[in-house]
Amino acid sequence: MTKKNAVIKVRDLEVGFGDQTILDHLNLDVREAEILGVVGGSGAGKSVLLRTIIGLVPKRRGSIEVLGVDLAKANEAERRALERRWGVLFQQGALFSSLTVRQNVQFPMRENLEISQNLMDEMSIAKLEMVGLTPQDANKFPSELSGGMTKRAALARALALDPEIVFLDEPTSGLDPISAGDFDELIRTLQQTLEITVFMVTHDLESLYTACDRIAVLADGKVVADGSIANMLESEHPWVKTYFQGKRGSMLADRQMNA
Amino acid sequence: MGEVLLTHKLEGERLELAAGGSWTATHAGELEALVERVAGEAPEAKDVSIDMAGVREFDTFGAWLLERLTRQWTKSGREAVVVGLPEHDLGLIEEMQGVNLEAVPKPVRQNPLVNSFAAFGRAGVDFGHDLVIFAGMLGAVSVSLARVVLHPRDYRLTSTIHQFDRVAWQAVPIILLITFLIGAIISQQGIFHFRRFGAELYSVDLVAILVLREIGVLIVAIMVAGRSGSSYTAELGAMKMREEIDALRTMGFDPIEVLILPRILVLVVALPVLTFLGSMAALYGGGLVALLYGGISPEIYISRLSDAISLTHFKVGMIKAPFMGLVIGIVACAAGLRVKGSAESLGLQTTNSVVQSIFLVVVLDGLFAIFFASIGM
Repeated sequence: MTKKNAVIKVRDLEVGFGDQTILDHLNLDVREAEILGVVGGSGAGKSVLLRTIIGLVPKRRGSIEVLGVDLAKANEAERRALERRWGVLFQQGALFSSLTVRQNVQFPMRENLEISQNLMDEMSIAKLEMVGLTPQDANKFPSELSGGMTKRAALARALALDPEIVFLDEPTSGLDPISAGDFDELIRTLQQTLEITVFMVTHDLESLYTACDRIAVLADGKVVADGSIANMLESEHPWVKTYFQGKRGSMLADRQMNA
Repeated sequence: MGEVLLTHKLEGERLELAAGGSWTATHAGELEALVERVAGEAPEAKDVSIDMAGVREFDTFGAWLLERLTRQWTKSGREAVVVGLPEHDLGLIEEMQGVNLEAVPKPVRQNPLVNSFAAFGRAGVDFGHDLVIFAGMLGAVSVSLARVVLHPRDYRLTSTIHQFDRVAWQAVPIILLITFLIGAIISQQGIFHFRRFGAELYSVDLVAILVLREIGVLIVAIMVAGRSGSSYTAELGAMKMREEIDALRTMGFDPIEVLILPRILVLVVALPVLTFLGSMAALYGGGLVALLYGGISPEIYISRLSDAISLTHFKVGMIKAPFMGLVIGIVACAAGLRVKGSAESLGLQTTNSVVQSIFLVVVLDGLFAIFFASIGM
């Protein structure tokens, strides 16, 4: 496989709140059309990293380049153009509670595209069906959805404009193992058909094994290891070792070997 | 832009389409119009071929429009062939073949006239429900109050003091300022109009009686409804949304006792205190204007005050205050517990809480006026 271009380049990033430094001189590349899994202990700054890349958390120093654009230097128009090219799935879904699922998916289309209501309806149903929801779900309100359905609907909204990069913040947290497995598979298939780059923050070892092409481990505010599962199993870093070779990790590793 | 997205030509009984450029979300609007035009083109053509080789970019929007076009032709009994699609885009087409197959239930739209009638009727029914809920909440609070009286150690004193700080203590500056201004305005108006009859001194009676009996308590109640009632509703509503109230219940606590009783009791205590302070500020404001605008010296103002008012006027105002606090508290807490999942419902209930409690405060004031008149106070 040829080395693909990096679509997200993070260099020397430092982020902190008050006198607390969360990310400390962090470097990370995300390559085109790969699924990168970011793992780390609770409070290691995984979500902070994601939110800094999409511009929700201010950085202290360093540079972030997404699809060739440096967000800090971009003007309003460039920012908006860039924001159209990515989709974000928040941890709790963050669906707009006063809109139906269909209106939620149509929201980015309505704001950014000049297309007819008819096409918008068809596209929103198409997106919902792609993530495994039925047209009957389209008229429901977010408060009427189960946890798994909320995540799917939120993913459909993240995919509404056919983004080039999708950011997922713990997509499988709070789902039962079967739904979580389905969701991993869904991300995998969507990534392949739509050829998107996926930046996924996760806690779920299973997701790392089944969905991710590459893994980056965050600890002490830095990326302490990155590479494939095989690289992770060889790593000597204590946290990586405990994580991947602990009880749950090694069970999965064995299964992977035997498969 | 400016790329040719779709061209067509007729070859005998065969319609040949050639696609190019970007078949993506950005061009979806343009593309849709083109596709719709082409769909109606050449009804005599038996079959259609679509050459996608010239397409540079392709996403789900393009894929769906292509799929829609082929579906239309297939439905009218013609054969549509798509050629020249790059291999990696075949998955996308496959995906699109599986969607939008069944008709989507459209949300039913009703006659607006019928809707407005229905809304009117519903408002009436809702008003009835509100009364029932109000009575229910009053009952629940009384039961929980009785329990606390029997077991005083269970009472949440810390929470009460915290709420008292927020509702009463922190409200003092704004209440003082507003009632001061109201007192000043009443005094100014009184002097201005009574001057024509040479009866400026009676403006002191006007200020004193109005403030002590009605205005003081009403202004304070309205301020508290807007300030603390709304925050009660929003607080309890957000707790309801985040299942905190359910969590309390499962731990064996009664939300009424833990959350609502302290809040309501605080209002019942705070309102008389604030009313007293507010009335004093209003009398002070009235006196200041009397001195500066009417030339009535403080000595005369005070002696006139002591002639004009009796303890009865003061009592009439103060007796009403705790009841108004009770009404505000119950309406606000009941509204908070009725918040449902969405942010919109939180906003709606907060509005309801303020509007209803102000309305009920005024109604209550009217009832008290009748009551006091009939007992001669």
